[in-house]
Amino acid sequence: MLRRPFFWIITLAIAAFVLAPVPGNNVGLRESLALAAVYITLASNLNLMLGYAGYINFGSIVFFGLGGYICIWLVDAHGWPLAASLVAAAVGVGALSLAFGFGILRLRGPFFALSTIGIVEAVQAFAENFTPWGGSSGIYLSPQVFQPLGGPARALWVIYFGLVAVMGASLYLSYGIKITKFGLGLLAIGQNEDAAAILGVPTSRYKALAYSASAFLPAIAGGLYFFKGAFIQPSDAFDLTLSTETIVICMLGGQGTVTGVALGAYLYEELRGYLLTSSTFSNFQLTIAGTLLLLIVLFFPSGLMGFIYSRFPRTQKVLE
Amino acid sequence: MLGILASIIDGVLVGLVYGLAAIGLTLIWGVMDVINLTHGTMIVAGMMALYLLAGQLGVSPYFTLPPILIGGFFVGAALYWVAIHRLVGRPPLMSLLSTFAVNLILVGVGTAVWGTALFNVDVSLPGLSIGRYTFPGAHILAAVLAAVIAAALYVFLHRTRTGKALRAVANNREAAELVGIPTTRLLAIAVGIGVALAGVSGMLIGTLFPFTILSGDDYQLKSFIVTVLGGFGNPVGALMGGVALGLLEGAITPFVPVSWTLVIEFVLFVLVLIAFPGGVFSRRGVL
Repeated sequence: MLRRPFFWIITLAIAAFVLAPVPGNNVGLRESLALAAVYITLASNLNLMLGYAGYINFGSIVFFGLGGYICIWLVDAHGWPLAASLVAAAVGVGALSLAFGFGILRLRGPFFALSTIGIVEAVQAFAENFTPWGGSSGIYLSPQVFQPLGGPARALWVIYFGLVAVMGASLYLSYGIKITKFGLGLLAIGQNEDAAAILGVPTSRYKALAYSASAFLPAIAGGLYFFKGAFIQPSDAFDLTLSTETIVICMLGGQGTVTGVALGAYLYEELRGYLLTSSTFSNFQLTIAGTLLLLIVLFFPSGLMGFIYSRFPRTQKVLE
Repeated sequence: MLGILASIIDGVLVGLVYGLAAIGLTLIWGVMDVINLTHGTMIVAGMMALYLLAGQLGVSPYFTLPPILIGGFFVGAALYWVAIHRLVGRPPLMSLLSTFAVNLILVGVGTAVWGTALFNVDVSLPGLSIGRYTFPGAHILAAVLAAVIAAALYVFLHRTRTGKALRAVANNREAAELVGIPTTRLLAIAVGIGVALAGVSGMLIGTLFPFTILSGDDYQLKSFIVTVLGGFGNPVGALMGGVALGLLEGAITPFVPVSWTLVIEFVLFVLVLIAFPGGVFSRRGVL
């Protein structure tokens, strides 16, 4: 892996994220990059299912929200340190995704997609009725929780580096899976599941593995994200908009590519930052995301990377 | 015990309306293998049309039915040309994404214009009293109208030339084209009918329960459950699936908090898909 140029491209991108906001304590840039890191994490992990295996998961946000809930709950009610809570969130959500996967991955194609909508409904209904998680009013953290990390100002930097680390892990994971036999199997499932099964790809096992591999990093990102805001409630944790935006990002960048999805996430974050600050567009965020998605699906189904690959065929050898 | 029975009967009445909504979804699926993810929003569009016509302009609630039916048809035909036409025959995932995108656009505009306030249309009809229990008149009339519209659709599909052509296209699009059926126009008609049915059932649901712009998701999920119960592409099965779902809802409502109803129905959805991939009430090639 160390000999492949793309590995070093990922490493450079991570280094840029780490170093860019440090000079001059640039907090504004840090916040915008933190959000970009969250988008890249969510999109890269969704890409494992959507881009590689060809399974649309409308409910990828569940991993993010549940991770956030488990982490915040452990910190708040049981006084766990952040790091231990994050590990617990990752393990918990990973296990849960295996259980979900066991149920719904027996369904194929569009049926799987429909049942992921149901997963969101089910988990959200659970969070709204589960008293230890504060029901629909959620959980507030006291500012005291930032003390072990050296006070709020320093804690925000620690969380930022944590988010970048999760983003980096997601990119390495996406790339790592793509260049192994496992990734090849997933891509084969995406092309034609029956043919893949006949050729000896263990389709059920691979799909379940991919589904739960796509769960644990978003769970950690969710833990960090909601710890940063010191607040979590069901409508934020399982926000349909974020789930939707993640799909738009994957399609925008080019599903199945590592570079494209990361690039798409970054571009989308910039676009969204611009749209939210402009008063005309802030009400129409969903509409704009929808229009973008419709245009991509109808006219550019292979996304940004499809365009780059066809214009500069040589990039196919370097950029995965 | 009698209370549960009354709850079940009421559930069946509402279930007929769910069944009508699901017919709209299953018709589109059966004819062109497209899952219409704007379905929930079209149901809400019917509700909003009811609210604007009856609540604001003072039209009698049930007289909004014809304009919603006709308007829904044209909206559906437009939806076909915008989001589906280019993707017919491609993998179902592409049209799933494109209708999902149109849904986002509509929901975004809807929430920007109306917000997420609760709307309510007051329908005062005398109820039917049996012993201590009264069945609301609106529920009975909605169920009757749903059954009549479903029957009319059945006659249309089996007795008219266009209906027969539509079934031919569902059966085998290439063969239908070879015998001179204008398939593209019929696909547009199918989406038009599907959306019109979603709109009308939304209007009927709007006379029963209060609603918001975002209610569509819940009713869409119900339509999916009904559709898998009835078997994809099977209108008669969908109506029976609707009754079955209404029966279930009526039976569990007295015992379970409302927010869990949808979760239970969803678990049912997955279980039915796994156990009966062809639907519980399905017969092959019904459409």
